This record gives sequence, C-alpha cells and structure tokens, in this order.
Amino acid sequence: MRRVGTVGGHTYEFPTLVELLAKATPARSGDVLAGCAAESAAERVAAQTVLADLPLATFLDEQVVGYDEDDVTRLVLDTHDAVAFAPVASLTVGEFRDRLLAWAAAGDEASISDLAPGLTPEMVAATSKLMRNADLVAVGRRTRVVTGLRSTLGLPGRLASRLQPNHPTDDPLGVTASIVDGLLQGCGDAVIGINPATDSPARTVALLELVDEVIGRYGIPTQSCVLAHVTTTLRALEQGAPVDLVFQSVAGTQPANRGFGVTLDLLAEARAGALALGRGTVGSNVTYFETGQGSALSADAHRGIGGRPVDQQTLEARAYAVARHFEPLIVNTVVGFIGPEYLYDGKQVLRAGLEDHFCGKLLGLPMGVDVCYTNHAEVDEDDMDSLMLLLGAAGCTFLIAVPGMDDVMLHYQSLAFSDVLTTRSVLGLRPAPEFEAWLARMDLLDDAGRVRELTADAPAARALLAAASA
Amino acid sequence: MTGPDRLPRAEGDVVDATDRLSRAGGGDPWAVLRSATRARVALGRAGDALPTARELEFRAAHAAARDAVHQPLDVDRLRTALGELIEVHSAAPDRATYLQRPDLGRQLAQGTSLPRTDADLAVVIADGLSPRAVHEHAADLVTALLERLPGWSVAPLVVAIQARVALGDAVGAALGARAVVVLIGERPGLSSADSLGVYLTWDPRPGRADSERNCVSNVRPPHGLSYAQAADTVAALLGAARELGASGVVLKDEGPALPAGAG
Repeated sequence: MRRVGTVGGHTYEFPTLVELLAKATPARSGDVLAGCAAESAAERVAAQTVLADLPLATFLDEQVVGYDEDDVTRLVLDTHDAVAFAPVASLTVGEFRDRLLAWAAAGDEASISDLAPGLTPEMVAATSKLMRNADLVAVGRRTRVVTGLRSTLGLPGRLASRLQPNHPTDDPLGVTASIVDGLLQGCGDAVIGINPATDSPARTVALLELVDEVIGRYGIPTQSCVLAHVTTTLRALEQGAPVDLVFQSVAGTQPANRGFGVTLDLLAEARAGALALGRGTVGSNVTYFETGQGSALSADAHRGIGGRPVDQQTLEARAYAVARHFEPLIVNTVVGFIGPEYLYDGKQVLRAGLEDHFCGKLLGLPMGVDVCYTNHAEVDEDDMDSLMLLLGAAGCTFLIAVPGMDDVMLHYQSLAFSDVLTTRSVLGLRPAPEFEAWLARMDLLDDAGRVRELTADAPAARALLAAASA
Repeated sequence: MTGPDRLPRAEGDVVDATDRLSRAGGGDPWAVLRSATRARVALGRAGDALPTARELEFRAAHAAARDAVHQPLDVDRLRTALGELIEVHSAAPDRATYLQRPDLGRQLAQGTSLPRTDADLAVVIADGLSPRAVHEHAADLVTALLERLPGWSVAPLVVAIQARVALGDAVGAALGARAVVVLIGERPGLSSADSLGVYLTWDPRPGRADSERNCVSNVRPPHGLSYAQAADTVAALLGAARELGASGVVLKDEGPALPAGAG
C-alpha cells in the first residue's frame, strides 16, 4: 500500500515506515543533522496525516530497525504481550491518541497503565508525534507506574528528586556538603546519585561507601547510586560494595549500546548481582537508566531498515524498551545535555522532555527528567521553569537537582534544589511518603508540611550536621 | 582528572570528614557547607525560590558564557597582534547554523582557496564555541608556541570563522602542511567562559578521526594552563609526532586523550 498524504494541494509520498515516522516528527535540529527531517511544514503535517491512519498493529509486522540485525528489536517483539495489547489492537495511531485522551479525561488510570506490556516503542513514539504538549501532559499524569526500593516512587500527588552532589575531584567533603545542602531542601527521595569524575572501581567503591554511610547515619529512606559504567559496578559488587542501584546509560539500537560498552546480558548479570544483596525495604527495583534523544546519532548508530536514518525521538523510545526489561526503580532522560545540534532551543527541549516522559511512562517506566541545558544552546532558566512545571503537572516520577543549578563536575546547568520545592508547592505535590516522614522526624517540615526555610542557627540544620559528626 | 589519592572507606573517615566540615565552618552550618566545595551550596531561599542576590550571581555567570559563545571573532584584533593572517570561513554561514550543524563547521566554505606551501606546520586559529577565549589567549599562545619550534617551516597563519576542530584538516591539507595545530575556543562553562583548546593532527586531511589527534585543554591563565606550559606540551607533542609520523592515541602517553564531544 502506498502511503500518500496531501496537504495544501501538494501530495507527499512516504515510501518507508522509517521515513514516515521521521517526517511526522515535530521539528528538531538532530533530525535535520541526520538528514531525515521533513523538508517543509506541509510535508510534516502530511506525514502526520498518514501516520494517524496507520493501524497500530502495523508496528508488529513492519520494523523500523531490522529484527535480524538488532537485539533491541528482537527484545521488543519477542516479549510483546498480545493480551495486554488486545484492548487497542484494532485502533489506528490517531484513534489510539483519541482513546488515550478520553481515558485520561475520565481519570481511568488502569486502562492506560495496563497497556504497557502490549505497546512497542514505535507505537508510542508514533502516537506522541500526533500529540500536542498538553496531550502529553494529560495522558502522562494518568499513567501510573509505581516502583520501590527503600522509598516508594510514582504514587499520585508525589514528586521525588535525585540529589546530584557531583564534585570535580570526587572529594568526600565536597560531595558530603552538597548532599547535606540537598537534604536540607527536601531533595534526594528518588536517589542520591553521583556521577563520578573518573570511572575507576576503587573510587566507585569509596563513593558508594560514603553515601551508604550518610544514609545509614541519618536513617534516610532512600537509595544511593554511583553512575559508573555497569562493568565498574560489577567490579564493585564483586568487592562487596554496598550497591543499591546498578546504573547504565542505554540507547535504542544495538550498535549504540555497543558504543556504550553494554549488552543485554551484561545488564542482566549486574541486576542479578544487586538483587542478590537484598537491600530493599519497600520494593526490589534495583536498576537505574539514563537516556537522551540524539545519543544514537552521536554514536553514528541511528540507522534502520535500508540504512535509512531513524528520527531521534523514535530511537529514544526504543531505549525505554531496553530499560523496562530490567524493571528499573528510576529512568530519566537527560533532555538538554547533548547540545543544540540535537535540540536547538527552549521550544525543542521542552517538547522533547514532555515526549520522553510520556513515552517512558506509557511503556511502563518510572520516568524522570533531568531538566537541563548547556551554554551553547538557545535555552535559559525560563525554559527550564516551564519544563519543570509542566513535568510536575504531567506526574513526572522525579526531577534531578544540583546545588544552585550549576553542576561543577559535568559543566552544565540542571535544576536547583529549591526548584523541586517550587514545583511541589505550586502544584501541591509531596515527596515520597517514607522520605516525607523522615523529613518530619528531622524537624525539617513546618506545620503545613513545607520544607522549612532555615536560618543559620536552625536546630534542624545543626541536627543534620551534628548527626554526621557525632 | 586529578583528585585525592584516598577517599573514605570506612565509617571513621566519614566522621572525620564531617568533623572537619563542622570545624571549618566555626559552627555556622552555612559556612560549613560553603567551605567544602565550589558547588553553589547554602544559597538560602526566598520562599521556595532563590534569593535575589544568588539569582543574579547565577545570571551573570550564564550571561558571560552566552556572550562568549555569540560574540563574533575580531580578526583585526588578531592581525594587530600577529601580523598578516589568511581568513577562511567554514561552510556554516552564521552562528545559528554553526551551532546546529557541526558537519558544516568541519568543511571549508565553497570556493575557498589556499596557497600550497609544503610547510612543516600550519597553525589555525578557530573561533569554536568561545571567540572570547581566542581574543584573550590565542595571540600569546601562538607566539609562545612558535618560539619553541626553531627549524620548523610554518605556513601563513590562518584564522577560521564558524569553525570546528576538524576544519583544520581541510586547511592543513590545502596548505600542504605536514602537521596542523588548531587553537579553538572551548565550550564555555559557568565558571570558565574563556578556555582555549589546542589540537594537533599529523598529516592532516579531511576524514581524520578524533582518535588521530592530541589535545591540550583549558589554556586560560591564571586559572588554567599558562601559555608556556601549553606551548611546551604542544611543542613536545609535535616533536614526538614528527618522529613517529603520526599523532593521536599512539602518542597518548605524552598527551591527554581527546575529551568526549570535542569534535
């Protein structure tokens, strides 16, 4: 069947599914760089029109990246759950969008959330391309994904945070200072997660022991993570280090994952290692993944059927299929980190953040976002504010926060700890329940449940430091 | 990266670390935190947001970084310091295209012609992501480097606009040079908007991989490398590359590897 769409009296043909998806994607610089973007606004809408009439089940028969060549495609199709898919199996992509919005408006979380095992990344990516930002928010907030290890994440009305206490030399004092600063501002309920300055096993073990000690000393219901390469974490596990979460960056094609130095077997081995430690109290999700649009293209590993470039948003959704196989506690897209050649400005970053959250959630992931930017992108704090508030409204699982918006190790800007407080207070959201109870025990909350604004001699601030040096 | 040789491995070390934190602050919990890291800790709050002064400090740092990216390269200023220069442009016609199309920043603009020199060395001064870094450091660094290369024939200096590192391959090949050194403005950080990088490629020609280059990063006295330090390292790398007839990872013991995303 020829796939042809007409807009403004001009007829456009989309010979392959790869081209159809790419041309239907809202504009972004990475697809232009890859050479797969629509060449005009009219061509983009024509592609969206054709995509809307495509049966959802097409994606089970026709691949974007070949089954024989790519283990991500095999993982997706070999684990597809036809029973979970059944309620929407007869719909087109456009009808599926309408159905999701109807369920969301009715507050029918179960009908949306139960679909996950029956959905493929390509189905979800295709649907997102037909949605406006508000659609992505409306459905995202009604997609329920709850996970846990020592805190419970993803509950309604909750917004968690990753406390990111990076330091240019992994200095223990510096890391500790940033951890205390974040805790005093009610952050860290999703994870206290450090990007190490170097990927050595000895340093990873040392940082794991440092954070484990802080968590144990303060009795904090959260988990730690050192975001080293999975092979480094495996070494740490062999040495008996206190590993709560196995971390890895993942992407949507086998060659891109090879570029990250990971295979599905390696991830399974590390997960089994962490699971065997039994460090959870309220759940047993022991993996953490980061992703980001453009990662496959930047590794020159972005091609699909016929060697054609696949758009970066579809490839991003495929990364979520890798992540969900390992039942993660948390996943986040690092949405503005990669630079303006992939997402040029605030509009593109905002859209991508909402797409990633929607696609991840719909595929069953506990999805968070690193709301962030680099200095050579056309992005500033106002853009970040818009995205964080929309993500809060969208029911985002967690946001990443650093001291004063400035990551002094990775040299980019993320959210400040206080931005998490703003998002919670503006939208009436609360921390993870176990963590909220801990904040109350530490006398860090006022009578209204807000994180106190501390003065220099506040008992709570002194208590936290004193507890550490007792 | 350099760091402390030893990190805490046991409870005692953590207690020691936090004790030192407390003592360092003289009992003021905010000073305690600030003394331990140059991360922006203990900023205080205005309600659930940052206080005005802290907010403006952040904006000033971001503004400096933004201006460093978008300021046009002042070629006349370089001519005043260095004498005659050949000006070339990449295939990216403007800053917005340059930022979105790194591939165009690696190619010379159509119709560019350069004299064949068969020199030992070509030097390319490229705006990169921080023209400000070039303004502040390039002339002094070129002077320091050339002083250290007696006996090397050097092609006329080239200044390249809207340029990525790999544009040096096209320039070096067109000049017929045996090696090319590219001085380029690095991506500005909030605390370092004026950092210059130096990339050395032996036998330059389009298509060279980043693994075939050596890099000296963070030239920005007085906070980063001095001109003399950087020039010493680059001159030594050039000597070693000439001995070996190659650059890049084969020289890695003498120079740091390329940082990710530098291309």
